[in-house]
Amino acid sequence: MKRLMKAAAVAVTGALALTACSSAGGSDDSGTTIGIYGFAVPEAANDAIAAEFNKTDEGKDVKFSGSYGASGEQSRKVADTKGKDVDYVHFSLEGDVTRLVDAGLVAEDWNAGPNKGIVSSSIAVIAVEKGNPLGIKGWDDLTRKDVKVITADPASSGAARWNIMALYTHALSTGADEKQADEYLKKVFNNVTSWAASGREATEAFKKGVGNVLITYENEAILAKQKGEELDYIVPETSFLIENPGAVLKDADDVATDWLEFVLSDKGQAEFVKKGFRPVGDLDISGIEVEGANDPANPFPTPSKKLYSVADLGGWPAIVEEWFGKDGVKLRFDNLYAEATKK
Amino acid sequence: MTETLAATPGPARTTSRPSGLFGLTPTSGIGLGLALVWFSVLVLIPLAAVVGAAAAGGWGSFWNTLTDAQTFAALRLTVLEAAGVTVVNAVIGTVVAWVLVRDHFFGKRVLDVVIDIPFALPTIVAGLVLLSLYGPESPVGINIVNTRQGIFLALLFVTLPFVVRTVQPVLLELDADVEEAAASLGASRLTTFRRIILPSLVPAIAAGSSLGFARAISEFGSLVLISGNTPYQTEVASLKILKFIEGDNQAGAAAVAVLLLLVAVVTIVVLDLISRRVARRG
Amino acid sequence: MADTRQIRARKGPVTYFLRFFVIAYLAVLVIWPLWEVTSRTFAPTERGAEAGVAAFLERLQEPSVSYAFGLTATVAFWAVLINTAFGVGISLLITRYRFPGRRILSVLIDLPMSVSPVVVGLALVLAYSTGQGWFGEALEEVGIFIIGTTPGLIMATAFVSLPLVIREIVPVLEEIGTDAEMAASSLGANGWQTFRRITLPSIKWAVVYGVVLSMARSLGEFGAVKIVSPGAEFRGETATILIQNRYTNYEEPTAYAAAFVLVLASVLALVVVSLIRKEDHA
Repeated sequence: MKRLMKAAAVAVTGALALTACSSAGGSDDSGTTIGIYGFAVPEAANDAIAAEFNKTDEGKDVKFSGSYGASGEQSRKVADTKGKDVDYVHFSLEGDVTRLVDAGLVAEDWNAGPNKGIVSSSIAVIAVEKGNPLGIKGWDDLTRKDVKVITADPASSGAARWNIMALYTHALSTGADEKQADEYLKKVFNNVTSWAASGREATEAFKKGVGNVLITYENEAILAKQKGEELDYIVPETSFLIENPGAVLKDADDVATDWLEFVLSDKGQAEFVKKGFRPVGDLDISGIEVEGANDPANPFPTPSKKLYSVADLGGWPAIVEEWFGKDGVKLRFDNLYAEATKK
Repeated sequence: MTETLAATPGPARTTSRPSGLFGLTPTSGIGLGLALVWFSVLVLIPLAAVVGAAAAGGWGSFWNTLTDAQTFAALRLTVLEAAGVTVVNAVIGTVVAWVLVRDHFFGKRVLDVVIDIPFALPTIVAGLVLLSLYGPESPVGINIVNTRQGIFLALLFVTLPFVVRTVQPVLLELDADVEEAAASLGASRLTTFRRIILPSLVPAIAAGSSLGFARAISEFGSLVLISGNTPYQTEVASLKILKFIEGDNQAGAAAVAVLLLLVAVVTIVVLDLISRRVARRG
Repeated sequence: MADTRQIRARKGPVTYFLRFFVIAYLAVLVIWPLWEVTSRTFAPTERGAEAGVAAFLERLQEPSVSYAFGLTATVAFWAVLINTAFGVGISLLITRYRFPGRRILSVLIDLPMSVSPVVVGLALVLAYSTGQGWFGEALEEVGIFIIGTTPGLIMATAFVSLPLVIREIVPVLEEIGTDAEMAASSLGANGWQTFRRITLPSIKWAVVYGVVLSMARSLGEFGAVKIVSPGAEFRGETATILIQNRYTNYEEPTAYAAAFVLVLASVLALVVVSLIRKEDHA
């Protein structure tokens, strides 16, 4: 028995040591690897684009390594490691790229191109339980008593800030003044049962039955439907255009620039479209099947009343300065949130 | 002897018996130096960095973070849940230990291993394990996601071994003669338990409880999938720290972290005191 | 086990009630959920997911999954190696030598067990990250990167499992006392000889337990690793991080498959410990 034990111990240790050696050198052997840091939801799309990129001359033999999570956290991790092993970032918010510009990791003119640094786009929608049992029609219904809202938390998530702006601009579209808009926001916040850490975790919470209405990206709702989740989504009368920036790091491998170009090309955008994103630029999407969209023939209906964008509100820096405080400083959103959630 | 896993839960303590100890030789001196350097690099310096980050914003901002209504609610929830779990564990853990030591039945050995599973299981897997039975697709129709009961259950799960494993060895060593004497003198079983057995178990229960409490306060992995992060409802301290980190509020994260560290330090000091008292008695 | 000493069997209804209660409690809290994970591993509830052992094995052979397990093994291997060397050394020092601060050190050694994993991660980032750590700049200049690389993962893992080996060895060292070692050294044996011939044989099994426990803990570390790791496929995604990523990314069957492997590993570790213990005391 004793000998058996010893033999077993030696065997286990040996096996572990072997795996240790084999995997230690495993990450950077032949070929280039593009390290992607992205916000929570575009993983499926980026993987699909990567597969297409591998078919091109520039992209042959290129490997990908993607890290996805809450936008702010991802941006921090890149800054923390000074961009080591990171070539391309794809964040929810402009500010998360700006941080890397400030840290000297991304070129100042990253958003000088015709696409202004934006690589993917979507709009804010309302996801509901299959068959819409509550009969939700638009943003106004979110203040109802029987509605339990799930959204990402602006403290950590980019998705959340888009959601808040969608709610706010909806209020403006009804002719509300700033004070009435605040009241509307507070009422919705009151109905929120889960402030998830990221857009993806909000979807998770919805799947787990924590609430019955989810404010999310259109593409995230479409992806969930593609994956067979039991939900429907509604494109409300007004919505907010979500524009996610992407950038190549200064010290990145040259192939990363090719990659960014490919992402912006018609082929790249077509893959985004298949996963439910709206195209950036003027791609003709008529031939592309968007599985999971409400109407695959017309997958991306324009909100009937108005589609707001960041430009309508003076750009992200202005919005952040007015709404979202940092390091414990409380601004407009933070105060509304604190008041509304106070029990 | 059945001290397994979380056995030896008292601090890796040395009773103060300096007699019989060697003075430092040059070799052991170098060893001590190396050990201290590594310990500092791995544990002390990083923890000092947390305290430093919390202090960087000054006392005011530290205090503001902790008294922020939401953070405070998260801390209160964490402490209350941990305290509740500790009380339940103190009772049930003792009962489990009792059954494992005094009762004899088929399959007891298996149960003995089962006790340790929550300790050895990766915490994220523990969360997944609980979700598979008590989650949205629960075959028994219970959904604990984003409820305080869910957090309570997860904490019960991960802290299960602590009291059991501290009480078990003590119970094994207990002198049956005294109990029999008490019984022969006409004491009821309850009286015997209350007057004879319980007092000798108290230090072990206390030690196990404080370990469990520390674990419950700091638990993270098993709650990630279960808590819905709803402020005032189900947001606990460790998840609050993660939210602060994700939201790039390092000072806030550090402030809450320092408070948790304080709890950890208090816990091990209490443990040390308990074990010293026991050592003196023995 | 206690079976060696027969305690009088006085079995009343209370005994049976307690036995039933303990079995039911463990069943609901641990056994049933574990069973549920197992059944989901081999019979996923997801639409279109294949069931059976072959599908399970296929999920594990995905390159990113094998990378994750490889990385986890690497990290656990080094963390355990470091902790064992450090653990044996420091245990000898605090039980055998007199030096100022010995008591404080023996208390501090326990601290890592009570620190929240999130705090561990945060602490390492604040101390060593290139961007904002205390020593980040200095380390960068000499080309050392800790956060976001395998060494960082090893440090985080070593941190959380640090006391496990020590907790096993210290009680044994205290129990055997110093007489034999004193005698050996008075007969002219040098420090190394004394250690190899006298000390090591008596702590051998304690070291083995400690190693197995540290291994189980290291394989399953999640919170601390999550903060310091880039968490990308083929780059820092350990098995536990993979479980979370897959679970939140509509790939529950893969998450369950990986979780099942970790469950298996920890149960195996426990059984090994239990067997060794039996052998040791036989």
